[in-house]
Amino acid sequence: MAIILDDKIKIIVQGITGNQGQFHTGQMLAYGSTIVGGVSPGKAGQEVQGVPVYETVEEAMQVQTADASVIFVPAKLVKDASLEAMEAGIKTLVIITEHVPLHDAMEIMDYAEKKQVGIIGPNTYGIISPGKSKIGIMPNSIFRPGPVGVVARSGTLSYEIVFQLSSAGIGQSTVLGLGGDRIVGYSFIDILEKFESDPGTQAVVMVGEIGGNAEEEAAQYIRERMSKAVVAFLAGKSAPPGKRMGHAGAIIERGKGTFESKVAALSAAGVQVASLPWEVGEMVKRAL
Amino acid sequence: MKLFEYMAKEIFRNNGIPVPNGRVFSQAGDLAEFVSQNGAVAIKSQILSGGRGKAGGIKFATTPEEAVAKAGELLAADIKGLKVDKVLVEEKIAIDQEIYLAITVDGTRRKPVLLASMAGGVDIEQVPEEKLIKRLIDVSIGLNPYAAREITRQLGLTGSAAKEAADLMLKLYNVFRTYDAELVEINPLVIAKGHVLAADAKMTIDDECAYRYQPDVPIVDERTEAERKARDLGISYVELDGEIGVMANGAGITMATLDLIQEFGSSPRNFMDAGGGSGEEATAKALEILLETKPKALLINIFGGITRCDDVARAFVKVKNSMEINIPVVIRLVGTNEEAGISILRENGIDSYKKIDEAVSKVVALVKNEDSAAVVAAGDAVKA
Repeated sequence: MAIILDDKIKIIVQGITGNQGQFHTGQMLAYGSTIVGGVSPGKAGQEVQGVPVYETVEEAMQVQTADASVIFVPAKLVKDASLEAMEAGIKTLVIITEHVPLHDAMEIMDYAEKKQVGIIGPNTYGIISPGKSKIGIMPNSIFRPGPVGVVARSGTLSYEIVFQLSSAGIGQSTVLGLGGDRIVGYSFIDILEKFESDPGTQAVVMVGEIGGNAEEEAAQYIRERMSKAVVAFLAGKSAPPGKRMGHAGAIIERGKGTFESKVAALSAAGVQVASLPWEVGEMVKRAL
Repeated sequence: MKLFEYMAKEIFRNNGIPVPNGRVFSQAGDLAEFVSQNGAVAIKSQILSGGRGKAGGIKFATTPEEAVAKAGELLAADIKGLKVDKVLVEEKIAIDQEIYLAITVDGTRRKPVLLASMAGGVDIEQVPEEKLIKRLIDVSIGLNPYAAREITRQLGLTGSAAKEAADLMLKLYNVFRTYDAELVEINPLVIAKGHVLAADAKMTIDDECAYRYQPDVPIVDERTEAERKARDLGISYVELDGEIGVMANGAGITMATLDLIQEFGSSPRNFMDAGGGSGEEATAKALEILLETKPKALLINIFGGITRCDDVARAFVKVKNSMEINIPVVIRLVGTNEEAGISILRENGIDSYKKIDEAVSKVVALVKNEDSAAVVAAGDAVKA
């Protein structure tokens, strides 16, 4: 089992004719993802990696209904592409693009809430259910199917942790990047809930970082509602306040979102917090 | 991008939000005429930091001579460690009440939030929760008159002040939205003789929207030279004040690398997320930026996913051979083709590891040894 994504999910790629869109469409197909169409205004009628290209999402959906869409378009076009996908009936939207304007993100999330659409990102590597399907840009080779769910705010740090798990013989049910921006769709809590009720997931790794209070809110959920073991790793212990550490969301502002506050909240909720990244594998092993 | 008070007030004025009569000066001598026309004034140092009043950054004067002298003091001073290039000189206001008002983004609720309190004029972090009104705004309908009226009712305002405050909130929300602001803040919003007036103004605008900034938005660049160069390369870079230069791919892994350096007893000179590329030119330019900040050593941490480690290694070797790098460099390479990458690096005399802990402890040891070598050399010099 897995969450959100399995091998039956049909996918559309928005921005399929761009460099990133083309390359990652190939990678997704190679992984076994079911891509039913691509969208690229002005390029309808072409094919990318054998996938038909349409003018709009609506047109693509008329030919074949899709469940999910992945967005590779430039930041200034993301709002339009996202609203288009949601209005056309897409239920899961993965926004890979980074540098999406904050106000655009708020409008996207507002519409998603009203249309009951699940959004992964923006500024994410996407989602993968190893051995089944992937929607995103993560390297295919490091994932193994298995019982551990991974949810993270950061990309390469997830790869690092997953690589470690896989090397230790621990596979993953689903691995998902929430995105590094200040405003993203799914939160830690949304995903923890799904892992909690997924029979294919036995333990969860959450990879957080400084900034915001998503980890603190997740801690409260874990304390009150979660029965499965959670292991956490957090980045940004050494980050000075007021500096944005790469991700728009990774900033300690007005004393909020500190490393210490997150560790304290998670520890109090019974989460094992690894202080060094290579401790995660061992902790998960003991939890299984 | 943070705006200076005088810039934010200009935008407020352009959008119908009342602000005190004032002018900005960079030469103290130029104040005299303004003060002789306006009488008592407040002279406010223009710095991008809060808590300016407490730090002595705001002065008052009643005569032109006094104003010129005090402006001169401010323009020569460092306030909160920041150089004062300009002062904003405004008519002094007889304040009856001070209100806190701000609109920002609630990241958790994914919506704009309006914050208001009658405990204005102080550090809002010190205001207890029960004295702070928080109202989430639905972006699809925006802030409407009924909501503004309710907020002014909760604040306990009455009469013309209530009407004007509600109207000002609508205008402030309009500024927040049309200027792509992350924060608009008025602290304090004052009531003087029954009228409202934005006595202070803070505004932070989304850096990602430069292509659609309103025409009256000035550009304020707080970045260092190196940060600017990195931005032009599309690399995210923050200067810190430690010893070891760091380059990694991915924001999370870069942060974790900095944490490890601290954990192992040294300190990072910078944060650099160089993204996923392995190209020689990009690598060379990124290294140039790092070397200009004169770190004692470099640590490069690459997780090769789609990027192949042997490509990364070859790029580094070429760059190293073409640039004069005379500080220790330690590279950690893991992922696709890691063995090949590591052996290419080692053949070319670059310390490289597969495990992050080994790489970090090595680079920290190199920095520490360099220190002790320097101490020994200094000792020898004393003996000689």
